Amino acid sequence: MYPPRFAYEAPRSLDQAQALLAEYGDEAKVLAGGQSLVPLLKLRFAAPAMLVDINNVPDLEYHRTASDGSLRVGALCRHADLERSTLLAQFPVMASAAPLVADPVVRHRGTLVGSVCHADPQGDWSAVLLALDASIVAVGPEGRRTIPMAEFVLGPFTPALRPGEIAIEAVIPPPQHQPAGSYFKLERRVGDFATAGAAVAVEMDGSRVTRAGIALTGVGTLGTRATAAEEALTGHELTDGSIAEAADAAAESANPQSDHRGSAQFKRHVVRTFVSRALHRVLDAPAGKAA
Amino acid sequence: MTVVHEEPTAGADVPTRRIRVTVNGVTKTVELEPRVLLVHLLRQALGLTGTHMGCDTTNCGACTVLVDGRPTKSCTMLAVQADGHEVRTVEGMSTPSELHPLQEGFKEEHGLQCGFCTPGMLMSAKALLENNPDPTEDEIRWALSGNLCRCTGYQNIVKAVQWAAHKMRGEQA
Ligand SMILES: Cc1cc2nc3c(=O)[nH]c(=O)nc-3n(C[C@H](O)[C@H](O)[C@H](O)COP(=O)(O)OP(=O)(O)OC[C@H]3O[C@@H](n4cnc5c(N)ncnc54)[C@H](O)[C@@H]3O)c2cc1C
Repeated sequence: MYPPRFAYEAPRSLDQAQALLAEYGDEAKVLAGGQSLVPLLKLRFAAPAMLVDINNVPDLEYHRTASDGSLRVGALCRHADLERSTLLAQFPVMASAAPLVADPVVRHRGTLVGSVCHADPQGDWSAVLLALDASIVAVGPEGRRTIPMAEFVLGPFTPALRPGEIAIEAVIPPPQHQPAGSYFKLERRVGDFATAGAAVAVEMDGSRVTRAGIALTGVGTLGTRATAAEEALTGHELTDGSIAEAADAAAESANPQSDHRGSAQFKRHVVRTFVSRALHRVLDAPAGKAA
Repeated sequence: MTVVHEEPTAGADVPTRRIRVTVNGVTKTVELEPRVLLVHLLRQALGLTGTHMGCDTTNCGACTVLVDGRPTKSCTMLAVQADGHEVRTVEGMSTPSELHPLQEGFKEEHGLQCGFCTPGMLMSAKALLENNPDPTEDEIRWALSGNLCRCTGYQNIVKAVQWAAHKMRGEQA
C-alpha cells in the first residue's frame, strides 16, 4: 500500500522544523517514529500535504535525569531506549511499561513523545505519564510552554498542541519519597493494544502512602485517572483493606466499552485485578525496596 | 535510478528526492518519491527480494531489516528516511561460499517450513545476538516476538538461534 502523495522535508534544526510547520499550518504533520503515522498514511486515514520528519533534528534522542531529579525524555527517545534504560529505577511504573508497548521491532523506532502526541486511548504511555503527573514541553509560534498530561489529551487522537507546535520532551517529576508501583496490561497477544491496562505509581514513607497516581488504559475515550482510588490511598497506611477499596474505586472510574477485546464488565474486572495486584506487590516488597 | 509510482490521476511532474543509502555495504544514489516505503526501495528498485512484504500493516515482521543495526519493519519506514543511513538485509548475511551461522542454524534445526517469515526472523535474531551473544530461551522468544511465523510453532526457530549463538561463541554446537 502506498501512502497518498505528500511533500517531505527532514530539517536539520528545530528552527527549520518550526518554520516549515508555520508555513504549512494544518496541512503539515510531524513525523517521529512513524509507527502510528505511517500505517495511517498507508490506510489513507491521514493525508497531510507536508510531512516534517524530525529525525534529523539534533539532540532529541536523549533521556536523562535533570539536576532537579526529574526525568527528561526527548522527542526522539525510542521505546527500546527506555526498555534498556538504567535511569528508570526511580520511576518503576515506567520501567515495567516500557517492554509492554507494541512489539520489539516497533519499539526500536516508536517514541514515547510521539505516542503521547498520537493520543490513542489505547496507548500505554499516556496512562503511565498521567499517573506520574508528567508534562509535555512544546515549542511553537508563540514560544515554549509546558502542558500537564492531565490537560494534554483533548479527545481520542487529539492532543492539546496548537498548529505549528512540536512536542520536544516529556518531563516526569522526581519522587519525594520511596517510589513504587507497576504497569499491568492485558493483551491478547504480544504487540496488541491493551484490552485494559492500569498504571499504579505510589510513593511510600515506610508503610504510609504519601502520593498515589493511578491511571487506566483502554477503558475510556480520554485518559482515565482513577481519582477516587488515589484518595483511598493517599495519607494512609497501605493495607489489604485500603488496597481493596482502591481497586474497587478504580474499577468504578473505568468507563469501558464492549468490543472485540472483551465486554465492558470483563474490562472493569481486569482493572480491579490489576490495581489490586500492583498494590499488593508494593505491600509485599521488602521495606525500602521499590516494587 | 528513479522510482516513481504512478497513479491514474497523477500529473506529469511528480516531485522526487535524491537520497544516498548504504545497503549491505554498498552506497547507492536513488531518486524517489517520498511516499515510497523502504521495502519498495529494496525489492523494486534494488532487486533485493529477500526482504518479504507480508501483512503490510506493521504486524508480521516479515519485512524486518536492520537500519543502523536496529531491527525495523521496512513497510513502516519511508525510503527517504534511509538517506545517509546503513541498511542491512538478508542478502548481506552470507557470502557466496558460506552461510551465516544463523542461516546454518535454521537449516540444521529446521527453523523454517514455508520460509516466508525467515528473512525477518534472521534479521531480528542477528540484532539480538549482536547485543547479547548468550541469550536465554526467554530472551530469544522476547526478541523475536515482533516476528510472526504461522508454520513452525517457533520451537525450532528458538533452537536455530541457540545453535547459531553456540557457534558464534566458538562453542561446539
Ligand atoms: C503493530 C503495532 C503495535 C502497537 N502496539 C502498541 C501498544 O501496544 N501500545 C502503545 O502504546 N502503542 C502501540 N503502538 C504504537 C506505537 O507505540 C507508536 O510508536 C506510537 O503510538 C507513536 O509514536 P511514533 O514516534 O511512532 O509517532 P509517529 O507515528 O511518528 O506520530 C504519531 C502522531 O503524533 C504526532 N507526533 C509525533 N511526534 C510528535 C512531536 N514530537 N510533536 C508533535 N507531534 C508529534 C504525529 O504528527 C502523528 O500525528 C503500536 C504500533 C504498531 C505498528
